Amino acid sequence: MFPELNNLLNTTPDQAEQGKLTLLCDAKTDGSFLVHHFLSFYLKANCKVCFVALIQSFSHYNIVGQKLGVSLTTARECGQLVFLEGLKSAVDIFFRPQEDPHPLQFLREANSGNLQPLYEFVQEALKPMDSGEAAWRCPVLLVDDLSVLLSLGVGAVAVLDFVHYCRATVCREQKGNVVALVHDSGDAEDEENDILLNGLGHQSHLILRAEGLATGFCKDVHGQLRILWRRPSQPTAQRDRSLTYQYKIQDKNVSFFAKGMSPAVL
Amino acid sequence: MAAAATCGTGTRSTGSVVVAASRNNVTSFQRRGPRASGTDSGCSRLVSIAGTRPSVRNGQLLVSTGLPALDQLLGGGLAVGTVLLIEEDKYNIYSPLLFKYFLAEGIVTGHTLLVASAKEDPADILQELPAPLLDDNCKKECDEDICNHKTESNIKMKIAWRYQLLPKMEARPVSSSRFGHYYDVSKRIPQELIEASKWHGFFLPEKISSTLNVEPCSLNHGYIKLLQFIQNIIYEEGFDGSNPQKKQKNILRIGIQNLGSPLWGDDICWTENCDSSHSLTKFLYMLRGLLRTSLSACIITVPTHLIQNKAIIARVTNLSDTVVGLESFIGSEKETNPLYKDYHGLIHIRQIPQLNNLIYDVSDVKDLAFKLKRKLFTIE
Repeated sequence: MFPELNNLLNTTPDQAEQGKLTLLCDAKTDGSFLVHHFLSFYLKANCKVCFVALIQSFSHYNIVGQKLGVSLTTARECGQLVFLEGLKSAVDIFFRPQEDPHPLQFLREANSGNLQPLYEFVQEALKPMDSGEAAWRCPVLLVDDLSVLLSLGVGAVAVLDFVHYCRATVCREQKGNVVALVHDSGDAEDEENDILLNGLGHQSHLILRAEGLATGFCKDVHGQLRILWRRPSQPTAQRDRSLTYQYKIQDKNVSFFAKGMSPAVL
Repeated sequence: MAAAATCGTGTRSTGSVVVAASRNNVTSFQRRGPRASGTDSGCSRLVSIAGTRPSVRNGQLLVSTGLPALDQLLGGGLAVGTVLLIEEDKYNIYSPLLFKYFLAEGIVTGHTLLVASAKEDPADILQELPAPLLDDNCKKECDEDICNHKTESNIKMKIAWRYQLLPKMEARPVSSSRFGHYYDVSKRIPQELIEASKWHGFFLPEKISSTLNVEPCSLNHGYIKLLQFIQNIIYEEGFDGSNPQKKQKNILRIGIQNLGSPLWGDDICWTENCDSSHSLTKFLYMLRGLLRTSLSACIITVPTHLIQNKAIIARVTNLSDTVVGLESFIGSEKETNPLYKDYHGLIHIRQIPQLNNLIYDVSDVKDLAFKLKRKLFTIE
C-alpha cells in the first residue's frame, strides 16, 4: 500500500469503499505496482481477498508484499486470502488431467471455453462464512490480469461475462469490490483486448491508468498515472473527476508528484 | 556464510563458494524458486550450483546468458525460472549466435541442456557452438604471465595478488565455476566438452511421427509434444525437486529455436486470422508455468517480423519475462548511415522482468548497437 496513492484516492484502509469495480490498465509500461498496492491495501483493511494470479508465482507477490508490510503466507493460513496461482495450476491441469472441475478448465478445451468454473471458484471462495469466525469486512476479488485470459484462448465476450457475474455476486450481493488489471495494447491492433478494455471501462467506478511517458524513457519519472472517477449507473451531466500524476517507483514505495514537478527537475 | 562453506559439496563448488561468498549480498528474503525438497538449507542451494550467482538486487538466482555484456544489460543475468525471448532479425543471422552463446555457456558450466529445433538436428547445433576463451584474453596483461608460469611459486604475485584468489585455469578444458565466459566465434567447441556434457535433443520431424494420446485442445501438435518432452525431462531428472537428489543440483537450460515459424506447424506467420491463433501464447504460458516450478532457464527465438497479426506479438511479449529484439542493418537503409557504420545492428531490450521487486534494473543507455567482430559479439 502506498500512502501517497491513498492520499490521491482519498481512501484509507479503515474507510474502504464498497461495491466498486476498479479497473487498472497500463499502456506501454508495467502497471503491476498497482496490483501490489491494492492487494496490500485490502489485506490491511481486513477484507477477505480472493486473488486470481495468472501472471506470476505466489512467492513473487509474497516478497513484494513483505516489502509493503503484509504477509501473504499468514493471510493465506488464517483464511483471509484465497490464492489461485495460475501458472502452477495450469501445469497441473495440462499434464495430469483431473476429473473434478478445475477453475482453469478452459485450458484443456479446444474451442474458446467459458469461465464458469472460474466463476464458481470465486463464488465459493468469497461466500460469507457462517461459522462465526473472525468476520472480515467485505469480500474483494483481485484479478491479475485479464488480458492473459485472452491469450489463452478465451474470447473477450466470455471474459466480460465472467466479470459481469463476479460483479453481480461480489459487488451487489456481498457489497464487496472487484479490482482487475488489463493491459492496453495501444497501437498493436488487438481488437479483443480493446473490446475488453472499453467494456470494462464503461462499467467501472474507478479507472487507474498507468502510461509510459510520451517523450520516452526517463530514469527519474517512470510514468504517468491517470485517475478517473466515474458513476456508471447514473449517466448524468455531471462530469467525471480526473487527475493526472507522474510517478517514480522506488524499492518500497511509489512517489507521486504533479506533472513536471519531479524532484529531479526542480 | 560459514554454513554455506560447510554444506557445499563437490569439488566444483568450492571455487564458487569462495567467489560467491565474496559477493553474496543475500537479503533476508528467500530466494524465489522451486518450493520443493526442503531438506536442503536455503544457503546451500544458493551456492552449490555452479555457474549461477544470486542477484545483488533481490537475491534471485541468476545464470549467465553467455554474453557478459548482455548479462549486464539484463541486470546481472537471466533469472532462473524465466524465459528469454529473442526477436529474430530479418535474415536470422545474429539471433542463432545468441542462442549458441547460451548453450555454450551451459556446457562450460556443466549445466544440462535441452535443445529443441524444427530446422536442424540438435546434435548439429551442438557441434557448431563457439569455443570458450579459457586463456582469457580479456584479462589484464599481468594475468597472462600468471597463466604461462603456472608452476612457479607465489612470489610473483606481489602486485597482482588479487588474482591469486581466483580459480586457476587449467590446461585442458574443464567446466569452470566462473559466471560468464567469453567465446571465440571463429572456433568450434572442443569435442570432449560436448561429450562430457549432458544434453537432450528434440528434433521435431523425428518426434512428430508417433501418435498422440491426448484429447484435442487448441494447442499445436508439435507444441504439445515439446511440452511433454520438457516436462518429462524436468520430472525425471528432478529439476523440480520431485526426486530427492543425492547428487548436486543443476540447472536445466532449455533452448528452443524458431518458435512460431511454419516449421513448427504454426500458421501465424502466413495468415492474419488463423485458426490456432492461441497455440503459441498457450504454449508460452505453459512453458512459464513449468519453468517457475523448476530450476531451469529458457531461451526462445521467435521470428516476430514474420508474424502477421500484431496483436499476437504484443501478447507474446507480455507473456515472456525478458524480451530482447535484434534488428540487423543488412538490407535496410541504415546500412549506409554513417552513425552506424561500425555496427551490425541494433539491439533493443524491450522488457525486463520485475521479480520479487517493484522496480527493475534498467541500464542508463537505451540505444544499443551490436557488432560481430571476428571473434566476439560486442554490445555497445
